[in-house]
Amino acid sequence: MASQEMEQLVRRDYKEGFVTDIESETVPPGLDESTIAFISNKKGEPEWMLEWRLKAYHQWLKMKTPSWAHLDYPPIDYQSISYYSAPKRDEDRPQSLDEVDPKLLETYEKLGIPLHERAALAGVAVDAVFDSVSVTTTFKDKLHEAGVIFCSISEAIRDYPELIKQYLGTVVPVADNYFAALNSAVFTDGSFVFVPEGVTCPMELSTYFRINAANTGQFERTLIICEKRAQVSYLEGCTAPMRDENQLHAAVVELVALEDAYIKYSTVQNWYPGDEDGKGGIYNFVTKRGDCRGDRSRISWTQVETGSAITWKYPSCVLRGRDSIGEFYSVAVTNGRQQADTGTKMIHIGEGTRSSIISKGISAGRSNQSYRGLVKIGPRAKGARNFTQCDSLLIGDTCGAHTFPYQEIGNSTATVEHEATTSKIGEDQLFYCQSRGISEEDAVSMIVNGFCKDVFQELPMEFAVEAEALLSVTLEGAVG
Amino acid sequence: MSDVQSDVTRFLERLAERRAERAANGPEPTWIAARRQAGAARFEALGFPTRRDEAWKYTDVRAIARGEFGLAQDAEFSKASAAALTLPIDAHRLTFVDGVFAPALSQLDDLPTGVHLLPLSQALAENHEAVGGPLGRLTGVEFSPFSALNTAFMEEGAVLRLAPGCVVEKPIILQFLSRNGSQPVMSHPRILIEAGGRSEARVIEHHVGEQEAANFTNLVEEIMLDRGAILTHYKLQEAPIADLHVASIHVEQARDAHYTSFNLNLGGGLVRNDLISELNGQGATANFYGLFYGQGRQHVDNHTLANHNAPLTFSNENYKGILDDRAHGVFNGKVVVKRDSQKIEGYQSNANLLLSDRAEIDAKPELEIYADDVKCSHGTTTGQLDADAVFALRTRGIDEQTARGLLTLAFAGEVLEEVDLDAIAERVELAVAGKLPERFNLAGLVEAAVALGDE
Repeated sequence: MASQEMEQLVRRDYKEGFVTDIESETVPPGLDESTIAFISNKKGEPEWMLEWRLKAYHQWLKMKTPSWAHLDYPPIDYQSISYYSAPKRDEDRPQSLDEVDPKLLETYEKLGIPLHERAALAGVAVDAVFDSVSVTTTFKDKLHEAGVIFCSISEAIRDYPELIKQYLGTVVPVADNYFAALNSAVFTDGSFVFVPEGVTCPMELSTYFRINAANTGQFERTLIICEKRAQVSYLEGCTAPMRDENQLHAAVVELVALEDAYIKYSTVQNWYPGDEDGKGGIYNFVTKRGDCRGDRSRISWTQVETGSAITWKYPSCVLRGRDSIGEFYSVAVTNGRQQADTGTKMIHIGEGTRSSIISKGISAGRSNQSYRGLVKIGPRAKGARNFTQCDSLLIGDTCGAHTFPYQEIGNSTATVEHEATTSKIGEDQLFYCQSRGISEEDAVSMIVNGFCKDVFQELPMEFAVEAEALLSVTLEGAVG
Repeated sequence: MSDVQSDVTRFLERLAERRAERAANGPEPTWIAARRQAGAARFEALGFPTRRDEAWKYTDVRAIARGEFGLAQDAEFSKASAAALTLPIDAHRLTFVDGVFAPALSQLDDLPTGVHLLPLSQALAENHEAVGGPLGRLTGVEFSPFSALNTAFMEEGAVLRLAPGCVVEKPIILQFLSRNGSQPVMSHPRILIEAGGRSEARVIEHHVGEQEAANFTNLVEEIMLDRGAILTHYKLQEAPIADLHVASIHVEQARDAHYTSFNLNLGGGLVRNDLISELNGQGATANFYGLFYGQGRQHVDNHTLANHNAPLTFSNENYKGILDDRAHGVFNGKVVVKRDSQKIEGYQSNANLLLSDRAEIDAKPELEIYADDVKCSHGTTTGQLDADAVFALRTRGIDEQTARGLLTLAFAGEVLEEVDLDAIAERVELAVAGKLPERFNLAGLVEAAVALGDE
């Protein structure tokens, strides 16, 4: 029943998004050149940006929806989606936590989310949350001092056009794939991070801090650039269930690491997965790619995927620089009718490049989950090294776990290893825990957490703690 | 596009000619004509696969599609050269020359009771209804454009029937000889094996031919194992280096049936194997062993699929590849566990060695699992020889290159030690040793081994 209420909540908001806004603030559903011009105009973008978007749009028109993923969903009607709606005004939002769905609050409680953050997450009007406003300002000052640019992508297009021109679309070209092309044409928001040479970002950056500045968009675009010897750790999403009125999400994330730079990108995704029949959940089609352009650069992806009805996501690394390193750590949990097709691509181009992939998949309920990965060793990648491990854990006999790893190896000095296992929770493990007085549900949660340990220890501290709690919430009701 | 179309048309024209020739030989059962027609229609609709098709992502079949292949009219082959190519094993033997049955080169005397081994044409002439049921039951025209093409042309091949409880002592060899003629030819053989309950046999499928030959073989094999039947299937691929080979092998296993496949691939310019086993009854076990050695511009593509359709079924796979020069290897292994197929074990392992920087291997070990009480794993590695092992041999006074040669041979040996026919294991080991690059200094060793064999 909880999910039904939640669905109602989601629907109600969606309606309001259209009804209460003044006409000039929204664009009717549908996608054509004028919609794109409208978005570009609304964002106050220069002419070249509009051209860039239109180029992507024309490419998109020529492309077909990819069908290779192990996913099953009805065709999406791109003309029925509204591609721009202004951020909700404060008076339309719930005015206090009392107006928020109690079920949602209960989940926050279980996750141990601090009180003031709960309000922000539930979409309570910002000015009610003074705490986080002051926090945000302090952070901004500190970053400015270090020379780090951290702002929304729209601001960056206005304020740093040279950087945008130089880097946007160089990692994920506009015509890279269907959803990336769509995103390039219509993206409305996202983050921009620039860390100058030799600077180690003084704090972990997070969309979390930006949440008050603007709504996270349906078509998010993120661009992170680390110059020589620069370092940054970036956190995306949060462990709390995200309320969102848009069903289709198609984000693009581009990372550029120059010589000796290090980018760590962590994601926790917990969007609405839909009700028991999988209705109403978010479709999440994401293109994430990092480019290790400089020698000895390093990009590390860590993700915890528990939400969304459909996840289509392959954070990748292009290892161009000599001795550059790519890493991918992933935990994906699916329950109910969720479907996830996720994995990574490691493209070894430079000499001595190394990559490691650790993927842990947990399926429960009637969900289906696939690991799909590519390790490609180019002919020039002498001494390249990859290690891949993907393990799946099945809970219940109605779910599915699949592995589709691709290896393309064109260099005799490369060493590539792949291991995968699929199993269920051992009955002896469960029995052992229960004999020590631990309930079945806690035991399962404990075992699952142990199964995911390799990945969780890659997460930033506070995320790791939340992720463990999140796992048990997601798997609630999966046992017995 | 028009190019692709003309390729298909060319094959269909050849088919029309063949149909006219056959019509002159008198009437045939209507079901065969109908199935050939269905195959032709399906092939016309599909056309040749391109690299945009997922199943053909790493294999380019344009060499086949663009070929001008005729059809062999006779099975003439010099006895002396045939004898040199034939495996020196005491066995029952059916021989085909470019797809045409060669009675003179076959050995069908003293077949034990309960064993029916005969060419497809003869089986059709004797009792076509008995063939009509099983033929095409496992590999339909839908499977691939090549299975459709095979069905369109089907007329010859091998039929093996084993009565329940019949244990065949001698191996059964199905020999396919490729001839160097004025024009390259194609053949579309069918192999049909029906093994009755608790029967047991070893089948050696041997592809070999004259060095200069450049023919196209498009094989479809259907193997049905009844309760408790045991079949060991050797596929020894020693075809000439310019031969093109596509094979779809489909196995169906009833309760407790054991199927073991040895796919030993040394020859052929372009080789594609699809090996599929349907594990339909409890206790059914499938073992897939493979070894491929590629050199020059050889292309070897092995696709395997174990379908666990019933609980308590087992599959085990071990494929090893060694690639030199500009050879290209593909391994795509898949284990599918259907819903409610509990207590399954499915293991897959694939290891590859690249001996040259221009060689390439594309591996894709897949698992698709819909049941929870399963033990499935796969591992695939591509890399170098163990440095410690090389060192250990060097401390024994063996120079580094020879040590590498010996270890490469040992790498192949892990598959060969499973082979229970010594004649085959030795033959392949020797062939691999002979193919290893000169730098490995194994020539002396190979000569000594050959001399030993000759004594």
